[in-house]
Amino acid sequence: MIETILISARTIDQGATLEEKTSQAYFDAAAYCELNEGNLEALGVSVDQNVKVATAHGVVVVPAKIDKRLPDDIVFIPMGPWANAIVDPDTCGCGMPGFKGVPATVEATADPVLNMKDLMATYKE
Amino acid sequence: MPVIKDVVCTFCGCLCDDLEVTVEDNKITKVGKACKLGRAKTMGMFLHERIEKPMIRKNGKDSELEECSYDEAITKAAEILVAAKRPISYGWCSTSCEAIEKAVVLAEETGSLFDSTANVCHGPSALATQEKGAPSCSLGTAKNYADLIIFWGCNPVHAHPRHQTRYSTMAKGAFTPNGKKDKKMIVVDPRNTDTAKKADLLLQLNPGTDYVLVEALRAIVNGHADVLPDEIAGIPKATVMEAAEMCKAAKFTVIYFGMGVTQTRGRYKSGDNVSSLVSDLSQTNKVVMIPMRGHYNVTGFGQVAAWEAGFPMALDFSRGVAYYNPGETGTNDVLMRREVDAFITGAADPGAHFPQESIKYLYKIPAIQVDGYANPTTEFSDVVIPAAIAGVECEGTAYRMDSQPIRMKKLIETTFKSDEEILTEIIAKVRELKGEGGA
Ligand code: SF4
Repeated sequence: MIETILISARTIDQGATLEEKTSQAYFDAAAYCELNEGNLEALGVSVDQNVKVATAHGVVVVPAKIDKRLPDDIVFIPMGPWANAIVDPDTCGCGMPGFKGVPATVEATADPVLNMKDLMATYKE
Repeated sequence: MPVIKDVVCTFCGCLCDDLEVTVEDNKITKVGKACKLGRAKTMGMFLHERIEKPMIRKNGKDSELEECSYDEAITKAAEILVAAKRPISYGWCSTSCEAIEKAVVLAEETGSLFDSTANVCHGPSALATQEKGAPSCSLGTAKNYADLIIFWGCNPVHAHPRHQTRYSTMAKGAFTPNGKKDKKMIVVDPRNTDTAKKADLLLQLNPGTDYVLVEALRAIVNGHADVLPDEIAGIPKATVMEAAEMCKAAKFTVIYFGMGVTQTRGRYKSGDNVSSLVSDLSQTNKVVMIPMRGHYNVTGFGQVAAWEAGFPMALDFSRGVAYYNPGETGTNDVLMRREVDAFITGAADPGAHFPQESIKYLYKIPAIQVDGYANPTTEFSDVVIPAAIAGVECEGTAYRMDSQPIRMKKLIETTFKSDEEILTEIIAKVRELKGEGGA
């Protein structure tokens, strides 16, 4: 397991599939995380293997990818339902939740990645 | 083949107005000049499925959505809003100002809270502007004059792909005839992004330390570099000094800022401090700041809400007059407090872009969705009303990120109702149910 910081943001593929969020293309564009090579090695995980990213606000399983230019302390997930499963909902009294800079842990897992509909269904209480 | 020229792209806040769209038999077959995002948006209805019919869940969130008529869906939506004690209307940013005007009327009519996607985007920038101001200019002025471009917490290569060629780093301006050769570019980001690759200087700060970095730059600009430690926000002091020198040497600086400033620790206080930095630098140089707006007409929402009711977002009409206090009346604030009892959204996708805690609550209250495409919001919506795509299937006005109004064209015919028509019909129905007759 590594301790890191979650950042979520737009990517061009996530943006290009925004109007087709039920599609495989959107899933491929938004349901993954990026770490640098060293972090991936430390986890003993290879590209496209699943990892569990956890914060104080939730847990999400996504496949891992490499962004060689990422610093050691950042895990990146494109903005969307998978990132938002674990972002900080607190608005700190100014309206805006914490979508970036959320302390997180990453570990290898054999659990599957939920598709959009199944992920949303977990919110039904 | 008929080619429609000067088409406005309705994806991002750049609102590029030079697209060339080929229409054959009421189908868009080619979109020239757009970026990948703009092409996907403009041709979307021919590339993937859309919501074909209005739909209602008849037996709660566990039941399936069933097709119905526009009339039935609109009546059901009006019934939900009239029955609610504290409804909220959210979104309305990927649509026309004309539709947003109707959304304001509906919110007033139903005593709703009323908020835009700025709640999860540039809301803190509006607060920063109100605290300290935000000296700005048009993108045209920026293109022609700016010789230093700073992208702070934004990644235009991915989010606003034509920004650099049309308005900023790569654009050839009246005083920068050689484009990039006549300009310098600084990127501030914890990630070494694709935008950062082309920068003259990358300030790769630790996540959440934007405020500290702005403060350090202000100290240097104001002659107090001596008080700074050797490392600031994870960046060597010498690099921060270099950035400050570039700012001092530039004739015209534009700071384009994004979610890296608004969504991190410090929220609006970071934007507020950027404004102070602009003020400090402006003692000797020309400096402006422009927010990189995401939804193409989120700027328009702010304009319309402000001219109709006095505030740009997070309004509360429950008192009969508009009340505004983001942090209290913002959408995620009220959802987190479990305060509202009905939800209507259009031209936005809170299901995909809200944090988990807010969505859990949206599964507990009646929800109405007005949109062209199925998305995570559809999953918890009890009423789903399909809408025409503004700027493709109906015309209207939108505001670019620099607050310039631009007229969107209608490119093809459609049988779907526009957001404006849907909202007008809901308003009439609400008035009828309240015993006030039609619109
Ligand atoms: S930069 Fe933005 S407005 Fe311009 S074509 Fe791309 S998505 Fe459309």
